[in-house]
Amino acid sequence: MFLLYFKTWRIPVLKICCVHFGYCVFKCVYFSVRHDIACHVTVCSFKMAAEDLPSQFDVVILGTGLTESVIAAACSRVGQSVLHLDRRNYYAGNWASFTFNGLLSWIEEYKNQQKVQITESEQVWRSLIDEGEDVVPLSSVDSSISNLEVFCYASEEEEKEEETKAPLTSCQPVNAETVSEETTGDSTEAQDTVTEPSQSQEEKDSQPISSPADPPVEVEKKITYQKLVKEGRRFNIDLVSKLMYSRGALVDLLIKSNVSRYAEFKNIGHILTCRNGKVEQVPCSRADVFASKQLTVVEKRMLMKFLTFCLDFEQHPEEYQDYTEKPFREFLKNKKLTENLQDFVLHSIAMVTQQTLTEEGLKATQHFLRCLGRYGNTPFLFPLYGLGEIPQCFCRMCAVFGGIYCLRHSVQCLVVDKASNKVKAVIDTRGQKISCSHFVVEDSYIRDEQRQSTAYRQISRAVLITDRSVLPSESDQQISLVTIPPLESSAPAVRMVELCSSSMTCMPGTYLVHLTCSSSGTAQEDLAPVVSELFHVSTIPGEEPSEGAEERSKPAVLWVMYFNMRDTSALDSSSYSLPSNVHVCTGPDGSLGSDCSIKLAESVFHHILPDEEFCPPAPNPEDIIYDGDGPQAEGPGFDESVNTEAEEEGAAHEKNPSTEPAEMDSVADTTPSSEE
Amino acid sequence: MHGRVKVKSTAQQEEEKRKEREKKLKAFVSARDAVLRKRSAGEHDEEALQLTQQLLSSNPDFATLWNYRREVLLQLETSREKDEVQKLYESELHFIEACLKVNPKSYGCWHHRSWVNTRLPQPDWTRELGLCDRCLSLDERNFHCWDYRRVVVKESGVSVEQELQFTDRLIGSNFSNYSSWHYRSTLLPQLHPQPIHSHRVCEEQLLKEYELAHNAFFTDPNDQSAWFYYRWLLGRGVCVCIFNCLCQLCDLPPGSVSDISNEHNLTVHWTEKYTHRDCALYTGEHRERRSVACVCVCGRSELSVEKSSVLQAELQSCNQLLELEPQNKWCLLTIILLMRALDPLGHEKETLAHFQTLKEVDPMRSSYYSDLCSKFLIENTILKMEYAEVRVFSLSNKNLTTLCHLDQLLLVTHINLSSNQLLRLPPQFAMLQCLEVLEADDNAIESLEGLYHLPKLEEVSLRNNQICKLSDLESLASCTKLTRLDLRGNPVHKTANIDSELSQLLPLVTALSL
Repeated sequence: MFLLYFKTWRIPVLKICCVHFGYCVFKCVYFSVRHDIACHVTVCSFKMAAEDLPSQFDVVILGTGLTESVIAAACSRVGQSVLHLDRRNYYAGNWASFTFNGLLSWIEEYKNQQKVQITESEQVWRSLIDEGEDVVPLSSVDSSISNLEVFCYASEEEEKEEETKAPLTSCQPVNAETVSEETTGDSTEAQDTVTEPSQSQEEKDSQPISSPADPPVEVEKKITYQKLVKEGRRFNIDLVSKLMYSRGALVDLLIKSNVSRYAEFKNIGHILTCRNGKVEQVPCSRADVFASKQLTVVEKRMLMKFLTFCLDFEQHPEEYQDYTEKPFREFLKNKKLTENLQDFVLHSIAMVTQQTLTEEGLKATQHFLRCLGRYGNTPFLFPLYGLGEIPQCFCRMCAVFGGIYCLRHSVQCLVVDKASNKVKAVIDTRGQKISCSHFVVEDSYIRDEQRQSTAYRQISRAVLITDRSVLPSESDQQISLVTIPPLESSAPAVRMVELCSSSMTCMPGTYLVHLTCSSSGTAQEDLAPVVSELFHVSTIPGEEPSEGAEERSKPAVLWVMYFNMRDTSALDSSSYSLPSNVHVCTGPDGSLGSDCSIKLAESVFHHILPDEEFCPPAPNPEDIIYDGDGPQAEGPGFDESVNTEAEEEGAAHEKNPSTEPAEMDSVADTTPSSEE
Repeated sequence: MHGRVKVKSTAQQEEEKRKEREKKLKAFVSARDAVLRKRSAGEHDEEALQLTQQLLSSNPDFATLWNYRREVLLQLETSREKDEVQKLYESELHFIEACLKVNPKSYGCWHHRSWVNTRLPQPDWTRELGLCDRCLSLDERNFHCWDYRRVVVKESGVSVEQELQFTDRLIGSNFSNYSSWHYRSTLLPQLHPQPIHSHRVCEEQLLKEYELAHNAFFTDPNDQSAWFYYRWLLGRGVCVCIFNCLCQLCDLPPGSVSDISNEHNLTVHWTEKYTHRDCALYTGEHRERRSVACVCVCGRSELSVEKSSVLQAELQSCNQLLELEPQNKWCLLTIILLMRALDPLGHEKETLAHFQTLKEVDPMRSSYYSDLCSKFLIENTILKMEYAEVRVFSLSNKNLTTLCHLDQLLLVTHINLSSNQLLRLPPQFAMLQCLEVLEADDNAIESLEGLYHLPKLEEVSLRNNQICKLSDLESLASCTKLTRLDLRGNPVHKTANIDSELSQLLPLVTALSL
């Protein structure tokens, strides 16, 4: 049984190792990423049934969100042994991306968790605790998501060609419960696939990345709920909605560490804003300003002048020093920018609030501007297949350098040495005691008893599937960032990212819309007004939008989900009462970029390994000295990570030693051709 | 340490790279020699194609090889069917495309591509246009590609409107693109051809173009590409031309000058191809020479009222920009030019002030601005003279650095150039055939080469200049009527025996001040 699994996965693993150190990044690398990770998982989970994990690691990391994954990759890259665990059955925690069906089961899981009372058994691990050791239990419940609401507006009618399901009786907007009932079949299936990324390769191949997306579905043809479910695998729905600043910490890290080769990116085509109910383009680059029809020539000059000043504002302190204590807004007024321009700069370029102070506003503007032009005319990139790809890319990096991965596997408690007040081991959910010198953990695993302060913020999120873009343009395959200034002055500004199907996050003919703001109430309270302002929300599912021309011009919402996510980004080590070698990673924050998480990862890494470089680039294949000497050894086997795996799987090799070399050879032969 | 990948040291890497390079070089050289041998042996076969292909794919700038390839292709062509020829050349196009990826600015490649297209029985221009678009999207300033594109457009008959849209697109994505702007300037006259003035653009289109240029220079006033285009546009609306009269006049075919003699003036109706100008010729001294030693006046066609209003509006928008960007040199310069086109005399004061600012903000070009300013001042003075019909030309204390338009001063008898910054009296000065008195005190004149064969020159004052050598004064000997010469305050007076030398050189000068 094991061998069977092993053999199936072996080929992709080796292939990846070759590609990994190759110059060129082939299209197939992307798919390999997924196989690679899936393979590690398969191997590990099987091993756990058969035998225990190694009992000693340098670093144990719990949670596979962005920060944790970066730390894992960084540690593994410099030779630390890393065990990376997650209690969920998918990667990336609150950073995850789900297929539509995957998301439905995630919703169901959330609903179940609300009902089920957790009973904890402490007794299992009591026996493992020695004298002089203390225990810090971890939380087994994730409470970072709240106020989840789901509404479906797509027609429930079955499609003509489909004859399997009986027509549904319900005509009211369906809430989450009904949704999940209908899709039990799909959701179990989704769970069985272990992780969302392990989609089959053929399926991915059917959506070639470089080709333009499929022709848009004819307007007449309505998209039904069944269609969404049927095409569910074309969706990659992010829980967090972020973009990558092209000169932000994340992009720099991806480049520096060569992790960028595991993913592909698309740039954001439109920077939009919504004023007085009208969606319009924000002139932010030189070309935009030049082409803008809304600005007068004098405004163009004023704006360009201001933006040019912002690029190196530190050089001209006399311009702004009187305003350092005053809001950015006032500074903009003083710079004689028209109302129009003030709005553009404040909300869409600096993306700060009315209260933000001048210097911070200038910095934000500067950051935005510096990102322009690196990858096209907008400052942002988006990873194809969703943001959830990024943590997985780092996990892969970690795995390639020998890190071990287990999903659906958590830590029950930490074993603390009383004398030094340091964690010396952890006890996993299978009752194994694993010693480690450092423990990195995501915030949601921490119990309230260990918190000094529980004052965290919340992020309000909405995810919509719509049938059209908010700003139709020549090309319907553009990703748009829309900033929506607060409707009332007290409300928070809302950020909206509209993803097209060529971003590989939604099915052709639909758009996936993410709304984000810092919470003042529940997500629905915060965001529903914006949704109804920008979109057509029908009262009856599947109903044709009313005849009014204005209504028709808005995209229709097919499906919407609201939820709140806890934002712990303001917390630091002083917020927890934990041993000094426990490093807590806060979850995703509400900002547009990921700089906060990357900086945190770097600081944790330097805490653990003060003298090591953070994510140095992976070496070129030509520069690697192969074990057992210089001339190119046959095919794979040059990478230490493969050796590591080989050691781990030593038992398997011994069982069938005769087949192994033959297999290696055949792999070596097939590798080049399979890459093409 | 456990888990670390071992990496070669840099020295090792360098050594390997060096060896690699040597190997490559050796292979290249031997292949090159083989090809050249084949060529001198006059072999034109498939093998030659293959060998040159190998060499050119690593170095597409090897012109001899492209030539050889053309010889081979021409040879092969003769022995093949039409569709085989098509195939042969299509594969050639593919190969060139690969070479262009190696060096997208290879002269040889682009030239060869044009050639192949002329040989192709059925050239596919759409594909060629696509190739150009791809190339230009990677580098919008690749002029090789622009050149090639022009050929393609010409051959494939793409409409002017489409081409204009193409430039719209390129300018929209980045307006710092001289090629696009220039291309536009060649397209616009074709778009609305006007029977009389083939190089002019219709009013309506012109206004759109002005707007486009405004958008560009208000967005980035330091980008000169848009300013250049703008200046071209301004030149379309008006005809500011100044003739070089004398020489042209003599060259005119018989009959084009219909002169109506009266006592003092001669009016010439001057008909060139499409333009029609009048100018008055002042009769010269008929007695002395038969040649129309006379003349002239610049033909400066007045602006029509509507054109002036357009320019007036343009001047306003430029002034608006200047308010926002008081230091912008392009804006200043354009304003000066507009003012000159509108009313050179009325704006003289402002123009001078703007020149002053220009010299301050752009000190590297201050000499250029000084020269330009001198030119404008001289033009203005000529204009004033024209109106007053006087024959005295006075431009003292104006910071002149250079002299120009001397050809238009043929009838002047008195010139005062004192207190300027002139360094020389240029050879063109000899055109002032009627000159009697020259005052050029307080300059920095070193050379007098223009004071040559001036038959009426009687008096020259060159106080406080930089005339150093006696030889500098030699040209004066050819001015037979020169009797008064003032050389006070020049280094030349230090020369030994200056008095006697001078009286020997210029025996006719009776009143000499040293």
